[in-house]
Amino acid sequence: MVADPSVKPSPTIRTELPSRPAGPSGDGEDRRGPAAPATPEPGAMHAAPAPQIRLRTHAFDLFYGAHQALKAVTLEVPSHSVTAIIGPSGCGKSTLLRAFNRMNDLIPGVRVGGRVELSGNDVYAPATDVVELRRRVGMVFQRPNPFPKSIFDNVAFGLRLLGVRDRGELEARVEQSLRRAALWDEVRDRLGRSALALSGGQQQRLCIARALAVEPEVLLMDEPASALDPTATARIEELALELKARYTILVVTHNMQQAARISDLTAFMLQGELIEVGETRALFTRPRQKLTEDYITGRFG
Amino acid sequence: MSTALTAGAAASPMRPATARRRLSRLADQVHQRALGATALLVFLAVGLIVFEVVRGSAPALGTLGWRFLIGTEWDPVADHYGALPYLFGTLVSSALAMVMAVPLGVGTAVYLAELAPPRVGAVVAFVVELLASIPSIVYGIWGLFVLAPFLRSLVEPWLIAHLGFLPLFQGFPFGIGMLNAGIVLAVMVVPTIVSLAREILLAMPGSLREAALALGATRAEGLGVLLDAARPGILGAAILALGRALGETMAVTMVIGNTNRISASLLAPGSTMASVIANEFTEATGQLYLSALTEIALVLFALTVVINALARLLVLWTTGGRRDVAGSA
Amino acid sequence: MSRVAPETLRPLRVRAPAPARKLWNGLVIALCTLCAALILLPLALIVGHLLARGLAGLTLGFFVHLPTPVGEPGGGMANAIVGTFILAGLASLMAVPVGVGAGVWLAEYGRGRLGGLVRYTADVMSGVPSIVVGVAAYGLVVVPMGRFSALAGSVALALLMLPTIIRSTEEVVRLVPRSYREAALALGAPQWRVIQQVVVPAASGGIVTASLLALARAAGETAPLLFTALGNRFWSLRIDQPMASLPVYIFDYAKAPYEDWNRQAWTGALVLLIMVSLVSGLLRLTTRRLPRR
Repeated sequence: MVADPSVKPSPTIRTELPSRPAGPSGDGEDRRGPAAPATPEPGAMHAAPAPQIRLRTHAFDLFYGAHQALKAVTLEVPSHSVTAIIGPSGCGKSTLLRAFNRMNDLIPGVRVGGRVELSGNDVYAPATDVVELRRRVGMVFQRPNPFPKSIFDNVAFGLRLLGVRDRGELEARVEQSLRRAALWDEVRDRLGRSALALSGGQQQRLCIARALAVEPEVLLMDEPASALDPTATARIEELALELKARYTILVVTHNMQQAARISDLTAFMLQGELIEVGETRALFTRPRQKLTEDYITGRFG
Repeated sequence: MSTALTAGAAASPMRPATARRRLSRLADQVHQRALGATALLVFLAVGLIVFEVVRGSAPALGTLGWRFLIGTEWDPVADHYGALPYLFGTLVSSALAMVMAVPLGVGTAVYLAELAPPRVGAVVAFVVELLASIPSIVYGIWGLFVLAPFLRSLVEPWLIAHLGFLPLFQGFPFGIGMLNAGIVLAVMVVPTIVSLAREILLAMPGSLREAALALGATRAEGLGVLLDAARPGILGAAILALGRALGETMAVTMVIGNTNRISASLLAPGSTMASVIANEFTEATGQLYLSALTEIALVLFALTVVINALARLLVLWTTGGRRDVAGSA
Repeated sequence: MSRVAPETLRPLRVRAPAPARKLWNGLVIALCTLCAALILLPLALIVGHLLARGLAGLTLGFFVHLPTPVGEPGGGMANAIVGTFILAGLASLMAVPVGVGAGVWLAEYGRGRLGGLVRYTADVMSGVPSIVVGVAAYGLVVVPMGRFSALAGSVALALLMLPTIIRSTEEVVRLVPRSYREAALALGAPQWRVIQQVVVPAASGGIVTASLLALARAAGETAPLLFTALGNRFWSLRIDQPMASLPVYIFDYAKAPYEDWNRQAWTGALVLLIMVSLVSGLLRLTTRRLPRR
């Protein structure tokens, strides 16, 4: 734990530095030691007060078979903010993102240790309903992946899963989601057309609308603009800024300018470790870690 | 030629090898043409099949005309030939087979592509391939000596007793008949459906599944999205299997009972186009008799070609483009 | 249908009860698994019955003796086994050169429209029922020759093998790494030599496997032989005469009303299954790892 008095303590950021490499045992309890006195008791299922912490990991390890992809990551993501995770490719940032909605479960041979919380609830607890978790944690992928259905049916997909059958309500909710995703005006006349006919940027906003329709608390974005042209990218970035009023947004990006433009907080990862997290401007202007500085000044990565 | 060439090249290595280049270009062309000619033999092969079958059925086509397809009487002694019972038997036995094979095959394909642990999946996939390699005659002998007594003593009496109010299940428990043929055909075509549907499912972008799951879909609901996207291709696989079932000969001949009556009951014996050819072709005396059998072959050929062409188009449409791109890249 | 203004929407309430969705999920997964398990059943039953009923007759005599008349014990199917090898071998002699040539052409030059047409025709041809091919071979060979013959039978089998060989040859030739070709071309070798001496040899293992698979399949065919090669109760190695084959023998013996012959049919089926399925099973097992990159 490094307390940095120069950082304005607005969002409660605690930065834990895994100062030594994680032991092969992957036992998170040892490593916590005296470095995490502020961590609430593991059993406490309540959300923190005031600047609410929406997502939290504590000493989180993740293994793909024998390979450790995440090493004792401890991170807190406050509500109604945009938090960016940056780092070179292969550093584990997408893996970390996918830990919050347990998409990593789909990969055979994945093991986890430590703790991940959504609004104080243990994400990896045996009693956790993964399906409900994924409804509460929306996700947007690197490449737009609309279903080969109509625009309307794409957005209505999640609603229908939840049992919404009333046509009027479906239409209203689809419109609301499309408006929030800033796509409504472009597609209002062709909701029945195939989603695959939209441009890449529109498809990505459709995917955002599709995720918003089921009213998630958190929106995970995995390099959401990396497959898009600059104009479409700008629209997605604007959208992220608008959406943070309602949602908590966690975005993975390899583009540091993008992180600087849209995020309130930035976390820098390297080789599975969380090196530094802090207010975005501070992290980019006065990084506390040599590794962070090297990365943002382009010395590697 | 090549010895002269190498000798010349050795004698004066500095000479620009224009003659040699011209020769090698000629050799290239000859080689390409020769290979191309073998490829064109495919057309010749299909052409010969069509030609022979059409030529053989010409007398019957001329004499019997359209009545051939709608006539129900098949009496070689009186030289009356109506093929409707065989057309009926072919369609009914194949339809019955599809009713059983399509759900079974698609379910297995989904299991193999989406649910199975890799090892188990490999074993099941191997068994499916073995099933596909069993000769038709082996299915036939099993259907005749094992399945038929089983149906006769257990299944069919039960069906008659409990579902006998339906015309489908009236009559006597023969053991052989439409039901037996349908079951044997279903087992025979299931491998086609499984392996094609599995490939089609595997060719579907994984991002679809991820998108559905990330929205809070259960595994089954995610599968629904995949199946939805794969529907044309799976339809193609089913139609391809239907083509196989329509033309399948030996196993059906052995278990269908070989009568030329049209019956509403699935328990009744019948005949298919393929089985009547197999049974009667060598014994056919008289030109019109032989020609009528050949015309049945022609109808069967036309039916399967249309169905195959359609199925291939559907499969290509769903996966083909993408796979070819992937293959050449 | 009521128009609902988006502004008036209340927070989304989950209406589909989670237990129902879970139940459906479990049901779908269970059904798919059940399907896969059901598929294993026929193979087990067929192999089991073949062994139970055919194994007793599987003696050396079965392989070396000629069939005996009804009631006389000790007959075998030697002529039919040999006949099957001859018929299938002859068919391969016709189908393999053409099929490999066409397959190589498709892989190397078949990118255009003609290639697509050849490919499509081969695919459609592979769906033509074998009985129809038998009828065609009858008109093509039996009628002009004036009698049933091994030649006619093998022509029918060759027509059946052709599309399989073409398409699998194309596939294995395409798997030859581009770098082989480029290396040879860079050395100044002309295209035809690259194909003949680099590409085809590199794919030869796969081509042989594909041909053997097609051969095994053809060897199990019955329908096209019924009125081409017919059958023969005696030794005959002449290809212009009717020839016995294992599948046709099994058919005749299974239909016959004599229990003794039925037993022999089971043994014959067992032998056929071992010849055909074992060969193709082993080939698939050993080559599985090869083509998948």
